[in-house]
Amino acid sequence: MKKNIYMDYAATTPVDPRVLRAMLPYFTKKFGNTMSFHSFGQEAKVALEESREQISNLINAKPSEIIFTGSATESNNLALKGMALANQGKGKHIIISPIEHDCVLESAKWLASQGFKITQLAVDKYGLVNLVDVKRAIKPETILVSVIHASNEIGTVQPIEEIGKICRTKGVLFHTDCAQSFGKIPIDVNKMNIDLLTASSHKIYGPKGAALLFIRKGVKILPILHGGGHESGLRSSTVNVPAIVGFAKAAQIYQKEWQKETKKLTKLRDKLINGVLKKIPGSYLNGHPRNRLSNNINLRFDKVEGESIVIQLDLLGVAAATGSACSSAKLEPSHVLLALGLKPEQAHGSLRLSLGRFTKESDINYVLKVLPGIIKNLRKISPFK
Amino acid sequence: MSIYSKEVIKHFKTPQNVGRMKNPSGLGRAGNMVCGDIMYLYIKIGKNRQGKEIIKDIKFETYGCAIAIANTSLLTTMIKGKTLEDAQKVTKNDLVKKFGQVPLIKIHCSMLAVDALTEAIYDYFKKTRKPISPELLAKHERIEKEAEEIEHHHAGLVELEEELRKGN
Repeated sequence: MKKNIYMDYAATTPVDPRVLRAMLPYFTKKFGNTMSFHSFGQEAKVALEESREQISNLINAKPSEIIFTGSATESNNLALKGMALANQGKGKHIIISPIEHDCVLESAKWLASQGFKITQLAVDKYGLVNLVDVKRAIKPETILVSVIHASNEIGTVQPIEEIGKICRTKGVLFHTDCAQSFGKIPIDVNKMNIDLLTASSHKIYGPKGAALLFIRKGVKILPILHGGGHESGLRSSTVNVPAIVGFAKAAQIYQKEWQKETKKLTKLRDKLINGVLKKIPGSYLNGHPRNRLSNNINLRFDKVEGESIVIQLDLLGVAAATGSACSSAKLEPSHVLLALGLKPEQAHGSLRLSLGRFTKESDINYVLKVLPGIIKNLRKISPFK
Repeated sequence: MSIYSKEVIKHFKTPQNVGRMKNPSGLGRAGNMVCGDIMYLYIKIGKNRQGKEIIKDIKFETYGCAIAIANTSLLTTMIKGKTLEDAQKVTKNDLVKKFGQVPLIKIHCSMLAVDALTEAIYDYFKKTRKPISPELLAKHERIEKEAEEIEHHHAGLVELEEELRKGN
């Protein structure tokens, strides 16, 4: 029987059955529009505000500091563009890391086309940002620093508490994309001096279509969506109550279970990494070996290309991802891997496996069993020996 | 539910004519390390009963995505045994037709396989000092120009590839 092993949790996660149960009433029974004055609407509004409060607890924020959006991409767009346009009177310089998600990079590119100056920090071979570089890069006209907490590609976890401290000392706002880390790694927006934070529902076993942007009280941003004035005027759109209820439930589950899950996944992750490095010659780990998301495995293999590895795994029932050019819409190798100093031929040979709540040890054993053969076969076909 | 058709998967799972030829009549390569697809095509020329030159044997080596491997495999099965004349008539559309629905962005991989064949045939004519048709020359010059442009922008690619192929 063909295997059905999902190892692409970094891309998206299935909705946890407990989350689905919590969401269901809001599709057919409590379906009101939160802006309506009648009881259907008010019932929905209560659910919205309860969700807001539950989620804000997870990061030690005030409920009024959380606004809901439709996706992390939207939150990141709002954080960068909304913040930049609202504060351009103070300055037009923004600092980002080179390993941000595309939505942050593209938003920054767009801001550059509008006259903002963007500085990209360097990262070391593990993808870590250097704190001295951050200090040096901040100028009087700097208005924002944005550094992704944990990389969706290579799993490297940045020292955001230290970065936040530097920014607070220098009077610059700090945004961090926590789409991959929210729930999995404890975050305290006050302790870590975070002013803007992005998180996403579908990365933590909640439904797609809900995300959040934490905006510290006092930080001014301009909305991208204008309309009915939802979310304190910052995100006009009929609120997706079922998705937000699901998001809150998913966050609650993490609040209780993150330690147990992290322990289990770290063990499985390291078994897979060590097993591959041992069994397959010419294999290397991308990203930091220890400051790393508990569920992220990103490896590269000499002389073979990543998409062909992914398709071979798919034929054997294992879902994975790659940073090769062939697999990207732009036909360019992953900018994250190139930022580590890897050459294109190294970036092309990358394989990302990301584990999750429903990963079993037998899944790890299966991958360790089939992957060496896949690499061996592809190396036979390759002109590079 | 694969992203690729059954035909593509067939050629990717069990590619035909994989290998390196020791003394090929012609050797052609296409692709580059920047986009991540590189193909080497080896042809052995023989004569059929009518005395016409045919592709007696053909081998390939491909570094690249599933469809790059599948395209080169398919191409070798399509032209093995064909006359040189007929082999030169094979276009990327013939490959695309066989493989069915392919993401648009992947169609360039079928272009590369045909380029590798063009170069192999050109190499054969050059080695044996046979006359090269204006059509073949034009195709070769286009391929060469594109390769030079890429090398110009990404210095050292040619050297790197040679080293990798030797097994360093």
